[in-house]
Amino acid sequence: MSFVKLLFFIFTSVSVLSAFRMVTTRNPVHAALYLILTFFSTALVWLLLEAEFLSIVLILVYVGAVMVMFLFVVMMLDINTALMREGFVRFLPIGAAVAVVMIVEMSLVLGPKLFGLDIYPQPVPKPADYSNTAELGGVLYTIYVYPFEIASVILLVAMVAAIMLTLRRRPGVKYQEAAAQVKVRREDRIRIVKMPVESRVQAMNKGEGA
Amino acid sequence: MNAMNAIKQFIKTWFLWELLLGMKLTGRYLFARKFTVQYPEEKTPMSPRFRGLHAQRRYANGEERCIACKLCEAVCPALAITIESEQREDGTRRTTRYDIDLFKCIYCGFCEEACPVDAIVETRVFEYHFEARGEQIMTKDKLLAMGDKYEAQIAADRLADARYR
Amino acid sequence: MAEFLSPLLNLFPEGMQPIVLILIQALLIILLLTGAVAYLTLAERKVIGYMQVRIGPNRVGPRGVLQPLADMFKLVFKEIIVPSRANKFIFLASPIIILIAALVAWAVVPFDDGWVVADVNAGLLYVLAVGAAGVYGVILAGWASNSKYALLGGMRSAAHKIAYELAMGFALVGVLMASKSLNLQEIVRAQDGSILHWYWLPLLPMFLVYFISGVAETNRAPFDIAEGESEIVAGFHVEYSGMAFAIFMLAEYANMILISALTAIMFLGGWLSPFQGTFLDAAFAWVPGIFWMFAKVAILLFLFLWFRATFPRYRYDQIMRLGWKVFIPLTILWIVVEGVAVYFKLGPWFA
Repeated sequence: MSFVKLLFFIFTSVSVLSAFRMVTTRNPVHAALYLILTFFSTALVWLLLEAEFLSIVLILVYVGAVMVMFLFVVMMLDINTALMREGFVRFLPIGAAVAVVMIVEMSLVLGPKLFGLDIYPQPVPKPADYSNTAELGGVLYTIYVYPFEIASVILLVAMVAAIMLTLRRRPGVKYQEAAAQVKVRREDRIRIVKMPVESRVQAMNKGEGA
Repeated sequence: MNAMNAIKQFIKTWFLWELLLGMKLTGRYLFARKFTVQYPEEKTPMSPRFRGLHAQRRYANGEERCIACKLCEAVCPALAITIESEQREDGTRRTTRYDIDLFKCIYCGFCEEACPVDAIVETRVFEYHFEARGEQIMTKDKLLAMGDKYEAQIAADRLADARYR
Repeated sequence: MAEFLSPLLNLFPEGMQPIVLILIQALLIILLLTGAVAYLTLAERKVIGYMQVRIGPNRVGPRGVLQPLADMFKLVFKEIIVPSRANKFIFLASPIIILIAALVAWAVVPFDDGWVVADVNAGLLYVLAVGAAGVYGVILAGWASNSKYALLGGMRSAAHKIAYELAMGFALVGVLMASKSLNLQEIVRAQDGSILHWYWLPLLPMFLVYFISGVAETNRAPFDIAEGESEIVAGFHVEYSGMAFAIFMLAEYANMILISALTAIMFLGGWLSPFQGTFLDAAFAWVPGIFWMFAKVAILLFLFLWFRATFPRYRYDQIMRLGWKVFIPLTILWIVVEGVAVYFKLGPWFA
């Protein structure tokens, strides 16, 4: 067994095991951590496929951003696991049905008839100066430029929609406007008044008048 | 003019002008003369009114000043002073016990102010420590010993401050 | 670098030589880094002391030069206390996660032309990804401590790291566009020419955004809300003591050095001499590139300390505003400007 093959089996078994633990563990934070481990080992498998851009982006986006957000939410939750398990038996048939459908669908596309070395020749290792990133960029911005742009516009629309859905303006709430605060100069806030100095006698006379 | 100001403001904001001013200030202090007093070797000057460890004084003939009037016990805001007294053979009232708990004491100097005979005083001694439980109680013997040891300094300090009392 | 070590390497069989070489290089970097971290703590205390008109530590050794050793001994011999009902495994693992993230990024950092452990094509992305993984140390430490202050610190850090990672990522897109490479060595080579060819000038907003975000990423003042000792005691590491705490500190300072090194590489010409293209170039030709690299890192590190001595801590909402509403739009705007400049092959930078 070659070194690469050994690595492949280590990474894949770690990712499968951690995916399994993610589903079975009771603590939601632990589940999130197992998911991170799954992402991480999957990224390493991709690295073995010489897809270094995708592999690093998987870590950057999913491990670095998405899962941080996930943890952020999960850490705040106070989940009662016993309560959640109550409906387990009741929903078991539905869950099993969905699982069976998924397995059948997957078996339609996956399998030795459609995959394997007979159909796809083993990819030749690329030379050291081959840049996966540049290659991907070249393809994305030439052949697939329209799907790529459309995908980004859809994401933008989704983002704007999400913000609009959660945005609520409450009347009567005072906000600080940092920009306005920064803009303020001394002249806007204080006025220096010049007045003649009063003599002592005048001041005393005034005091009597009042 | 207003537009001019706005442009100036814009440039100042984006080139972090105010932050640079702040950094200029701290940068200048980097080279300023340092105020650190290297404590065990160097010490700051001390006022005659300094309120450190307590002491009990004696008259020149060796008689202790304290007459057990208990004014200090009454005035002590931290209830740190405990006094017991009885009549001596010569008919004068003297303390049999005079304890100051240094853990309670806040070194306010009220006992010294209250004392009609200038018996209890606070000295310039501030470098002291305890090694065992119970040592923080200043007993009458310890107080008198302190007074005997530092009498010259105590007397000089009272004299220097007498004008202002 | 391999030439210096060839006598040592020849002791090993042919097949193991590359692995041994990498191990030696890694060990060298870790040792240098630990030493640098130790003396950075002393430098910090001294510099901040001087700016506050005092003289800082000066008792251990002449002028306090042995202070880091004293600190180290103190921390090593202190007890590591695990809070009751804390998640012990994650509690002890999180400082190690932080430390590993702070160390592995150095694999792709070139110190001089060719002086790099792994000459990776996607070096820039690698650095970003490793930095992203380092966030977990802080968040998990906060969660596993079973303490409200630690949890608050972890939460704050999770939110602000995501915001500033985006800004950093966009700033790096600017560097990527200018140098047309993700390889850190190529990025430095693309800045060859003179001090005006370095990317700090054409990418000035990116440079500022990257460095300021770097200060935020490393949890340093004025962005140290994850610690915020006046608000949430010490944030994510309240419950840590002894060596576990020391590892947090080690990682924080290693991260500072890393950010400084990356800023030097991407915006200040890495190992390139600042006198290139001037009449002084020949006079300074004998100075090795690694010296310029270290000098630039040292200057940037001094800026870190200077910031800490100068600026009061940002409030949480102000940090969020700065990250999302100022830095990210600014970098996106400058990417557009740069795109136009690249299209028209402007100046000496984008030719």
